[in-house]
Amino acid sequence: MTAVRCVDLSKTYRQGDQEIRALDHVSIDIDAGDFVCLSAPSGGGKTTLLNAIGGLDRPDSGEIYIAGERIDTLSKAELAELRLHRIGFVFQAYNLIPVLTARENVEFVMQVQGVGPAERRRQAEQILEEVGLEGMGERRPAEMSGGQQQRVAVARAIVSKPALVLADEPTANLDSTTSDELIDLFTRLNRHHGTTFIIATHDRRVMGYARRLVKMLDGRIVDDIRQHAA
Amino acid sequence: MSGVLRISSALAWRNLWRNRRRTAIMLAAISVGAWAMIFLTALTQGMVNEMIRDGLSVLPGHVQVHHPDYRDDPSIANLIPVADGELEDRFDAAGFQDWSTRIRVPAVISSERETRGVTLLGIDPARERNFTFVDLETLDGRFLDGTEDRGIVIGRKLADTLETRTGKRVVVMSQDPDNELADRGFRVIGVYRANLPSYEEQFVLIGKRTAQQFLNVDDRVTEAIAIGDDFREVEPVLQEVRALMHGDPVTVNAWWDLDTYLGAMLPMMDGFVLVWVIVIFLALSFGLVNTLVMSVFERVREIGVMLALGMRPSAIRWQIVVESMLLLVFGLVIGNTLSFASTYAIRDGIDVSIVAEGMEMMGASARLVPDLTVDNVVLANVVVLVLGFFASLSPAWRASRYDPIEAITTVQ
Ligand SMILES: Nc1ncnc2c1ncn2[C@@H]1O[C@H](COP(=O)(O)OP(=O)(O)OP(=O)(O)O)[C@@H](O)[C@H]1O
Ligand SMILES: [Mg+2]
Repeated sequence: MTAVRCVDLSKTYRQGDQEIRALDHVSIDIDAGDFVCLSAPSGGGKTTLLNAIGGLDRPDSGEIYIAGERIDTLSKAELAELRLHRIGFVFQAYNLIPVLTARENVEFVMQVQGVGPAERRRQAEQILEEVGLEGMGERRPAEMSGGQQQRVAVARAIVSKPALVLADEPTANLDSTTSDELIDLFTRLNRHHGTTFIIATHDRRVMGYARRLVKMLDGRIVDDIRQHAA
Repeated sequence: MSGVLRISSALAWRNLWRNRRRTAIMLAAISVGAWAMIFLTALTQGMVNEMIRDGLSVLPGHVQVHHPDYRDDPSIANLIPVADGELEDRFDAAGFQDWSTRIRVPAVISSERETRGVTLLGIDPARERNFTFVDLETLDGRFLDGTEDRGIVIGRKLADTLETRTGKRVVVMSQDPDNELADRGFRVIGVYRANLPSYEEQFVLIGKRTAQQFLNVDDRVTEAIAIGDDFREVEPVLQEVRALMHGDPVTVNAWWDLDTYLGAMLPMMDGFVLVWVIVIFLALSFGLVNTLVMSVFERVREIGVMLALGMRPSAIRWQIVVESMLLLVFGLVIGNTLSFASTYAIRDGIDVSIVAEGMEMMGASARLVPDLTVDNVVLANVVVLVLGFFASLSPAWRASRYDPIEAITTVQ
């Protein structure tokens, strides 16, 4: 089954007189349960593509399907619903909610989904343990390091076991041990729950884990390699 | 409450604590605003009450009975067509807080130097002692000592104009029911002071029996009045008097029909309170909206994150509105408490005699007793909450319309 299908996506930004082609006729199919790395030099279009797939941003042209359903024509409210229940996001910057503790940040999505408090708490504590933040649940973002905040963001994205996880540079602020643990967690989720991962990264170690490596340059896909995961 | 509303409310609450200085300033503004609304309204209400109470206790009473033509032609020809003795028996049996029957007709008073038009009151001093405008303490001379007293009591202003004083004689002229001239000399036995200088010029008092003899109207009067417990709750008294006078060709009126100036005070006061409350609210709402806009602006990024994670825009709006309502509710709690406390502190009234010169002109007394009415308190609180709700809609709307991508990438 196809988890994500992009057909001929284009997105152009205007910066004064200059036109920047952030996406230039991108077409790609991603199978359900795949583990895909998007790699590109800075400005290559990774974030733009992930945002389009996640329904955060509309392409200028082209079509996007998630699990067979066309999403680029959905309303804002429908897109919100889609993100809430089916997609986990790890944004490029941490983007935690500052007035909430780590645990509450992780619980946020579940709470909006309507999961009961006891269940939320149990799952949040379990996932925080899995990302190595045991005992830090009651800290606010301002009281945590960059890497710790990043792990909270990851925990928030995966805690409700969405079918699709879009992660933008999830290991950018982590040391090698922590990022190994994180990737380990991703691959476990991928294996046990069949979660589809699309990870934008510069990190060679992360690319090493990927079953499929898609390389972009100036908004175009220039290489698409299937590899055996390490 | 659903999970979304709960998290939105929790976020609203925590955001109030985020910028404590701003929250404290806003709370202070709302508290002082609410205090100004409620306490000053209570003071004004107290002043108006005093004016009306004074005005009513003086002459009109709460309910009056007249001959049907008396109001158009307040002359001795239009007597109540029931014997005064009978009237007195009926009113006495009804158990009003106070009542009286009297003669009130236009007359002319002359001294050897001047002549003035006045209103002649023929009263039973024993009955009217409680609610006369004559200040017995500052009275020069003595008051009437019965219905058959042969003297006359006049106001200080009138005495000055007539160039007369206690002990001197004056002549009063009026008409009898047959349009014949009636005149009679009286000795001035008392010169009174009143709250209102105009009373001192207008009213002269003689005994009721004396007046009846003078005007040739055996055992008849022109008006009967009754006073109940509360000038705002006159309806029971009105019903009672109507019942007493059932079958007799008379008109029965409440005080606001008779004294349209005083009658206009209550609705005017209500209107004033509403305007006052709204004006203060408008001043407040600038601060409120500004505070909300600021606090939304500082949170562009996290609002973007919430939207990106799939929170609906309506939940974002709820968050901002709750934040605003929390501010308002806490501000109101403090403001109401302050108002109750300050009203309680001066519950016995404050002496405003320093500024009373001017106020007495309008019929206010020198003592100001605040009156905190439930209506006014409710009005102020409801206005703040309802208008506050609407004022917070625009910042809330703005916040919910952020584009998550732009919001997230906004560098702060
Ligand atoms: N809002 C925007 N306005 C103008 N140009 C934009 C905007 N967003 C992205 N771009 C441009 O589009 C191109 C692709 O940007 P994108 O963020 O997708 O790159 P990226 O691969 O994620 O880069 P990085 O590794 O630095 O995150 C870049 O040239 C960028 O400058
Ligand atoms: Mg990027």
